[in-house]
Amino acid sequence: MESTEQNIEGRHRAPLELWIRATFLTLGSIIVTMLGLMFVTFVIGRVMPIDPVLAIVGEQATKATYDAAYEQLGLDRPIIVQFIFYVWDVMHGDFGKSLLTARPVAEDIKRVFPATLELATIGLFIGIVLGVPLGVFAAVRRGSWIDQVARVIALVGYSMPIFWLGLMGLLIFYGILGWVGGPGRVGIFYVDIVPTVTGMILIDSILDQNWEVFKDALNHIVLPASLLGYYSLAYVSRMTRSFMLEQLSAEYITTARVKGMSESAVIWGHAFKNIRVQLITVIALSYANLLEGSVLTEIIFSWPGIGSYITTALLSADMSAVMGGTVVVGLIFILLNIFSDLLYKIFDPRAK
Amino acid sequence: MKAFNRYLTNAAIGLAIGFTSVAALAETPGNMLVIANRIDDITTIDPAQSFEFAGSDVSRNIYSKLVNFDPKNLNAGYQPDLAESWTVSDDGRTITFTMRDGVKFHSGNQVRAEDVEFSLRRVVTLNKTPSFILTQFGFTPENIDETIVADGNTVSITTDKRYATSFVLNCLTATIGGIVDKKVVMENEVDGDLGNAWLATNSAGSGPYVLQSWKPNESVTLTSNPAYYGGPPAMERVIVRHVQESATQRLMLERGDIDVARNLNPEDISGVSGADGIAIDSELRGRLMYISVNQKHPELSKPEVRQAIKYLVDYEGMQNSFLNGQYTIHQNFLPKTYLGAVDENPFNLNIEKAKELLTSAGVGPFAIEVGVREAQERIEIVQSLQNTFAKAGITLNITVGTAKAILGRYRARELDMYMGAWGPDYPDPHTNAGTFAFNPVNTDEAGATGLLAWRNAWDTGGLTAKVEAAVVEGDRDVRAQMYTDIQAEFRDIAPFAVLFQKIEQTGRNEAVKNLNLGGAITAVSYWPVTK
Repeated sequence: MESTEQNIEGRHRAPLELWIRATFLTLGSIIVTMLGLMFVTFVIGRVMPIDPVLAIVGEQATKATYDAAYEQLGLDRPIIVQFIFYVWDVMHGDFGKSLLTARPVAEDIKRVFPATLELATIGLFIGIVLGVPLGVFAAVRRGSWIDQVARVIALVGYSMPIFWLGLMGLLIFYGILGWVGGPGRVGIFYVDIVPTVTGMILIDSILDQNWEVFKDALNHIVLPASLLGYYSLAYVSRMTRSFMLEQLSAEYITTARVKGMSESAVIWGHAFKNIRVQLITVIALSYANLLEGSVLTEIIFSWPGIGSYITTALLSADMSAVMGGTVVVGLIFILLNIFSDLLYKIFDPRAK
Repeated sequence: MKAFNRYLTNAAIGLAIGFTSVAALAETPGNMLVIANRIDDITTIDPAQSFEFAGSDVSRNIYSKLVNFDPKNLNAGYQPDLAESWTVSDDGRTITFTMRDGVKFHSGNQVRAEDVEFSLRRVVTLNKTPSFILTQFGFTPENIDETIVADGNTVSITTDKRYATSFVLNCLTATIGGIVDKKVVMENEVDGDLGNAWLATNSAGSGPYVLQSWKPNESVTLTSNPAYYGGPPAMERVIVRHVQESATQRLMLERGDIDVARNLNPEDISGVSGADGIAIDSELRGRLMYISVNQKHPELSKPEVRQAIKYLVDYEGMQNSFLNGQYTIHQNFLPKTYLGAVDENPFNLNIEKAKELLTSAGVGPFAIEVGVREAQERIEIVQSLQNTFAKAGITLNITVGTAKAILGRYRARELDMYMGAWGPDYPDPHTNAGTFAFNPVNTDEAGATGLLAWRNAWDTGGLTAKVEAAVVEGDRDVRAQMYTDIQAEFRDIAPFAVLFQKIEQTGRNEAVKNLNLGGAITAVSYWPVTK
């Protein structure tokens, strides 16, 4: 009897309470995951066979200089104390100062992340616009030449080293044909011309209504974005094909066809509608991967993004920068996960 | 992975270019110099702190110094810059500089002796990594008020003892000798940092260029200083773009999007050699490759064994194969073009001679551990050594490790043998003599980890005194001869075999003239460049 009352009360309060509970759970999981990520990154940074002190003082420094820098970095304190201080600083938006750039890591990330975001977003756009229809058609025309072409495209995308493809792209489209701009985000004449608002040059040039810079920036981004888009396309198209095949063999599709529904209504109205949820996960994952920064693409195209920032920092024992970058990338993964969960709830009534 | 990528990349680019040709289609403007370089080592532009190659390149073009090297004649040594002239006191401890009249900072402020006093004192007070270049003369935060003093249009520096004037002046040509605008710097001081944070990303100099922007890992942009006392530079804008990959630099050079490519690897150098409109420059740099053996080792400490290892190196073979064009044979601790440098390279691969020496020392076959950092060319050198040493019965067990691991053991005197590189800290012979041939106390307790001789537990005997004598010799020619003699003795007895000196090869648009990279003694100069 008592329990029934509680249940009734619970049902009455359900929407608000559940919402609050879900929010707290989500926030809690974000905090726990971030703390875990920070701890693992922190410990790895401390046990790695690279010496942040040597990175500051140089290999020719005396012992006294070395010891002074060691203490200044707080490395003489127990590791757990160092970690607590680090978390405290991060909570206050202070990721420390980068050894390499002599600037706050937060400022560096603010500068490099928009470059990656811009590249990844266009890359993902290309991947979705081409990859999804390709996957759908490959599934619908299973075994046909379209399917074979899609398979080859995906196979090449999976197996070709990105640096090779990138350099070939540069050589052909920039070096020989001159169709696209070279390495860098804009040509030398357009550096520092539009004021930085978002850090994404395409958007900043639109805001500034400077169409010349916009055109030049587009000219420079098209090749690296297509390259990333191609890799995204390979993944998205294969996954779309496999999801679609599963749906197309389901009984409700046969029923729909028997009922005389048009083929396009069957494919797009029924089968595709049902794979949207799975596709969202695939796309979110693909986006997260692109946002993490494709290091090799960024290096080949001299693209100053977060991938090359973290890599350069890692190779130079700049641990504040590495940890700051990793925390940001981790946060992006978590947020994208939450975002895809939210979309699940919108598209899939069962998840509500 | 990196090496694998490089090989695949080179193979691919080489193949593709073999069938096609990349015409130089674009062209940079006549008043602009565009350079592709790896600039990810820049950590600050502050002359009191900057100690990296790419940072020195920027600093040299922004900050004038009391004395400086003339890019048109580096061999002439230091020349007057902001100091018009100088005199040396009788006891040789005080140098008094008279300032050049009418020179202005980029801000429009007059360059005064007071600014020099401020700049040099600032280096000592901040005590950043390169400050030892000045503090080795006895300057301390406590005594700078008496030892670095401006008076009217003169400024005097007084060292703790007599040093060769050439030694002191050579040190003032290093990046730390850059003179900053006191007024501007102090306006930007935060928490008593003497403007250190602000100068990391801004400039306050009087040199031919002004820093417009430095975007880490992206670009450095300099604009010309039309009021430069030496005349406005022809290149009104210099842009150095960070381009990591050699193949990418090559493409940009061939397309005409850049004027100079500074990091072309041997494959790309040979690829662009002979291309229309592109010239290849080779310049000697200060970096040396060497091997050394630990004198705590019972066999390696024998004089004949020390001699023998110098005959077990295939100098020519390496120079003509994987180091082709990148390094040249050099067997002395002073890089060519340094005061007192010699060009005597008496050793060559001679297994029989090495065997004779080992036999006369009564040494049979033995094995030693050689430590090397994980850099491709160093590993290749050690592999070559492993092969040639084996022919004389010495087994080399190679340990490849990170800088921390290998240098840590080297500095702790734990390695039998070390293969590595050494770059001079400032353009004076003492920078290398004072580490290769100088070791006043050879005990473990001395902990002189900065000295290469100590790291190898080598009591240099009479050489330490000779190095001390050379550093205080006032006569430049006599001093040069002293280093020549020290090096001759060093070649004979030292547990070091200096192997190679670095050559920097640069791809350049032929239209670009008078670009000087600074040789072994200084950094690049943009102001004489014309197109």
